[in-house]
Amino acid sequence: MLELKSISFEVEENRGQKEIIHQLDLTIKEGEFVVVTGPNGGGKSTLAKLIAGIEKPSSGSICFDGRDITASSITERANMGISFAFQQPVRFKGIHVLDLIRLAAKKNLSAADACQYLSEVGLCAKDYINREVNGSLSGGELKRIEIATVLARASRLSVFDEPEAGIDLWSFQNLIHVFERMRETTKGSIMIISHQERILNIADRIVVIADGSITKSGTREEILPEILGTASAVEVCDYYRRER
Amino acid sequence: MDQIQKTLLEEIADLHGVPAGAYNIRANGQMAGRQSTANIEIVTKEDQSGIDIRIKPGTKHESVHIPVILSQSGLTEVVYNDFYVGDDCDVMIVAGCGIHNSGDQASEHDGIHRFFIGKNSRIRYVEKHYGEGDGRGERIFNPVTEVTMDEGSYVEMEMVQIKGVDSTVRKTTATLAANARIIVKERLLTHGKQMADSTIEVNLNGEDASANIISRSVAKEESSQKFVSIIHGNSRCAGHSECDSIIMGNAKIQAIPQLTANDPDAALIHEAAIGKIAGEQIIKLMTLGLTEEEAEAQIVNGFLR
Repeated sequence: MLELKSISFEVEENRGQKEIIHQLDLTIKEGEFVVVTGPNGGGKSTLAKLIAGIEKPSSGSICFDGRDITASSITERANMGISFAFQQPVRFKGIHVLDLIRLAAKKNLSAADACQYLSEVGLCAKDYINREVNGSLSGGELKRIEIATVLARASRLSVFDEPEAGIDLWSFQNLIHVFERMRETTKGSIMIISHQERILNIADRIVVIADGSITKSGTREEILPEILGTASAVEVCDYYRRER
Repeated sequence: MDQIQKTLLEEIADLHGVPAGAYNIRANGQMAGRQSTANIEIVTKEDQSGIDIRIKPGTKHESVHIPVILSQSGLTEVVYNDFYVGDDCDVMIVAGCGIHNSGDQASEHDGIHRFFIGKNSRIRYVEKHYGEGDGRGERIFNPVTEVTMDEGSYVEMEMVQIKGVDSTVRKTTATLAANARIIVKERLLTHGKQMADSTIEVNLNGEDASANIISRSVAKEESSQKFVSIIHGNSRCAGHSECDSIIMGNAKIQAIPQLTANDPDAALIHEAAIGKIAGEQIIKLMTLGLTEEEAEAQIVNGFLR
């Protein structure tokens, strides 16, 4: 359903061009659950942004459901069925959680229906539905709301950029269940960027990206044993030890 | 009352007809309806244009609506309205003015509102200014609001000017006795070549008086705004003001905070921020399927809510 062909992405730097992604090929199949991992700075987040249309490739093409979307805008891709959960969720003064979920669902959901999505990400819905999506929410709360907006869209393809980044250990332990449940219930394809062993453990396929290229790609059984214990696959507690 | 006037009334006071409780409706410089109640008396001033509103001590859960509408082009008026609120009241006051100008001459309404709030009374004041009409004549508001608050009183003012006002100079002053508290929320949107100038000045005179001034504004296109907030801490007191603005197009915004502590126990804080809409906010809403323009409108609407 999603096909990236020979994608490269360069940025201007003081010393000239720097290549972040180098001739990368990646296909995500219908209903597939793909986890992308690899060292920091390897180009994972850039890849997610290229899929969502936030960045445009320097060369190569992207096809979605057989259509070339390389030149399509963020809005067009969103309306074709691509969702993107930000690594650092955006804050909005004055916009309420309910507004955001309604915008995501593209319909005037009742508060009760919107609450379902919050409950799915482990938030007590009535405490949050009328809160502003601003600095009064913690990183973990914002992250859950971000994920709820993606759930509300029920997209053909959902891309999550490091859902574990920036939240505390306790919050993340709970969040893993959300993805485990999503794995079981969702019909669309999912791509998650993560270093978490428990997320890697539910992948159909694991893709390792380093220095802008795919260095390994295969089933969980093939790849996980090779990367366990490295920075690409860490246990939850280990992850937080490293963070410190 | 014709359809234009009814629309104006709906815009400024959410009224679909005659309100419940006490009211005074002024249309094109004339009284178009009035009702006093057992506790709230409205009388015409004898020495100048305007009304006195007298609220008896102990009046609770009542409201006063005093909307003003102008649909005649070229009308300029200055109106003096005085509110005398007795002790121990709990009342909502809805003011506001709508101008429909389809002519070439300027229409102007300058409302001078004075409030005298009795001990331990609670007042919620809502004021909306709105302009419409396809004429070239300007729609101008220059409101002056003066609030004198006795001990233990509480006032919450919500002042909104979102649409169609070409030029406005607003002056709001409040003087607080001991344990009084005021919250002022102002929301402004300017576009085209509109100009808005707002000064809010608070004198915290009594012990433990407190003030919170919150201004949110959006300036679009070629419009300009100036916001001045002044807090004088004259005793042990707490004052906070925040001014948050979104700037768009070629607009200009000036924010001038001024804090004066005349007492070592005055705790005063000011926050001011002016900036464009963050690019990532627009991108986030675009990933939900909104166009850039729709995203911008959502962000502005939320911000001014």
